Amino acid sequence: MTKIFDGVLGALRNLGSNFIDQIWRLGAGTRLFFDMLISSGESFRRFRLVVKEVYSTGVMSLVIISVSAFFVGMVLALQGYNTLQKYGSSEAIGVLVALALVRELGPVVTALLFAGRAGTAITAEIGLMKATEQLSAMEMMAVSPVSRVVAPRFWAGVIALPILAALFSMIGILGGYIVAVPLIGVDAGAFWSQMQANVDWRLDIVNGVIKSVVFGVACTMIALFEGYDAPPTAEGVSRATTRTVVTSSLAVLALDFALTSFMIE
Amino acid sequence: MTQNIVEIDNLSFGYKNRLLHKGISMSFPRGKVVAIMGGSGSGKTTLLRLIGGQFKPNKGEVRVDGKVVHKQNDDGLYQLRRKMGMLFQQGALFTDLSVYENVAFPMRELTDLPESMIRDLVLMKLNAVGLRGAYQLMPTELSGGMARRVALARAIALDPDIIMYDEPFAGLDPISMAVICDLIRTLNDALGVTSIVVTHDVEETFSFADYIYFVADGVVAAEGTPDDLRQSTLPFIHQFVYGEKDGPVPFHYPAGDYQQELLGSKND
Amino acid sequence: MNRTTIDLWVGVFVALGVAALLGLAMKVGNLTTTNIGKTYTVNAAFENIGGLKPRAPVKSAGVVVGRVGDIKFDSSTYEAIVSLNIDEHYQFPTDTFANIYTAGLLGEQYIGLEAGGELESLKEGDKIAHTQDAVVLEKMISQFLYNKASEPAPVNEAPAESTKSDDDALTANPLDDLIN
Repeated sequence: MTKIFDGVLGALRNLGSNFIDQIWRLGAGTRLFFDMLISSGESFRRFRLVVKEVYSTGVMSLVIISVSAFFVGMVLALQGYNTLQKYGSSEAIGVLVALALVRELGPVVTALLFAGRAGTAITAEIGLMKATEQLSAMEMMAVSPVSRVVAPRFWAGVIALPILAALFSMIGILGGYIVAVPLIGVDAGAFWSQMQANVDWRLDIVNGVIKSVVFGVACTMIALFEGYDAPPTAEGVSRATTRTVVTSSLAVLALDFALTSFMIE
Repeated sequence: MTQNIVEIDNLSFGYKNRLLHKGISMSFPRGKVVAIMGGSGSGKTTLLRLIGGQFKPNKGEVRVDGKVVHKQNDDGLYQLRRKMGMLFQQGALFTDLSVYENVAFPMRELTDLPESMIRDLVLMKLNAVGLRGAYQLMPTELSGGMARRVALARAIALDPDIIMYDEPFAGLDPISMAVICDLIRTLNDALGVTSIVVTHDVEETFSFADYIYFVADGVVAAEGTPDDLRQSTLPFIHQFVYGEKDGPVPFHYPAGDYQQELLGSKND
Repeated sequence: MNRTTIDLWVGVFVALGVAALLGLAMKVGNLTTTNIGKTYTVNAAFENIGGLKPRAPVKSAGVVVGRVGDIKFDSSTYEAIVSLNIDEHYQFPTDTFANIYTAGLLGEQYIGLEAGGELESLKEGDKIAHTQDAVVLEKMISQFLYNKASEPAPVNEAPAESTKSDDDALTANPLDDLIN
């Protein structure tokens, strides 16, 4: 009897300390965010630092983003056509593909892939820099790791993700076009004109870009914090990498809901 | 100008409830090589971090050049750190930069020197550690001893007044060890710096140090020149210097009665 | 030093991003169709606008000639005042009809302009006098039921069998009401 009681008590205590731990991490992450914003001057004075990181986060993610976008676009067109033709409006397939990509899938899927590809790389890199005392060494050289390591990566992520999301949408639409027009035989003119008539620059495209900027801030910041906060051991870094993917994905989906509810009138 | 460039005054420091240092006082005179020795986990490395201002002491203070380290704001701390060079245990070279860029790093970050002058300085520093020929290599292509020498070149890049060495011999073969040993002494004398060496390698340390502090149980257990310590009759020093397994530092972690634990535990 | 290749790649990356955004704006979105040229605004009053929304298209003969601007409620006449931003290139006579149509059976609503015969054209700030309200499905159904009830035929007839008269009601009722 006491054993069960102890077990329940232990579980509760675990839950409580986990919760407190999360709150603590949220606070520490917020502090890192503001520290980083304050010491971002260096990143803009020496923009080459950011360019280098845009290469390793953005350019290195190009292949995975392009290939996924192409397939997502093709699948959307196939599935959409199946349903739309039941209602005799298969020309609307362009609208369906474009709206789905520009409003939701472009920013969201890009952010999820970005968290998996670039986010984990950032976490692992910074975690390893910490584990091998590179960050300490920098501090001891009177160079702030926040302004030299964290800030350039942050701005690079914020620049790269919207670009990747725009590419995702565009390539996805091309993928949809290839399935809809040459393969299924929807009229090309109807495909584009219906799309143009129903996709709004301000409400759809700009809102999509806004979403991807917000996701860029969230994903990059989470990856940076997890790396910066990782226990300086091999196990600590690998756990932090996993947490980056989990936390970023949840954050992206939750933020997407919040942003969408603001954007839809 | 005080005679001691670094002074540690009645310093206490600990994580959570466990105190690592309980009132340590040390002084490091200019131009000398001073070693801090002690068993693993006795908080030697932490002492270096306290000198560098990466941790704040619970009690007491560390003064560098007469300034209390933990009372400095960020700018003041960075000013103090520019007087220090630190060699980390595994070198801590930036893995994404070449040997050349690693040594150039502090110059690029903290000075506005033109590229041609940086190049000359980097090659000079690398020459001082005998690795001028390796400037194109990446850190992953270096052996442990070479990595540490590059890190040393980086530590002296901006001509510091104090060089701190964190376990400079850990994991090195005897030849690399001898090289580092020699470098510590020659750099100290050639550059006129003060060296603080944290280590537990008795033989090497005794060969180059001017003065040695022994840290045990959070206090300074003994201090003196190498010759003084060799003749020390303190049991702990004797055990450490001559590397005996059992002595005042017991082989066993404190535990309950052995027999009792083996035979009695099942009846719980 | 391989910095130049990195710069090149990042340059390509950013250029691709800009191209994608331009592509989205021009080819996918309606930036080209909405923001071209200046517009003039005319108002139209409707008793019921149904589901009409701001930025809905204004079409004439099926061609998009403008967009719906504001939609306001006039509390003195209890009518909806809809402002239409029409492209300066297109001129319409003062007796133009403004109708609210639905694209397809369940599609979005838009305003259709049907030109009248006057020689004078609509100008900035003018009001379109002839308007026709949106077709409201509930109204139509209730009207249909009312008509059915007044007919001599048995009222309790199963709805499935009355498809034909249903069609009649759909096409006839609202228009008749307005014209009378």
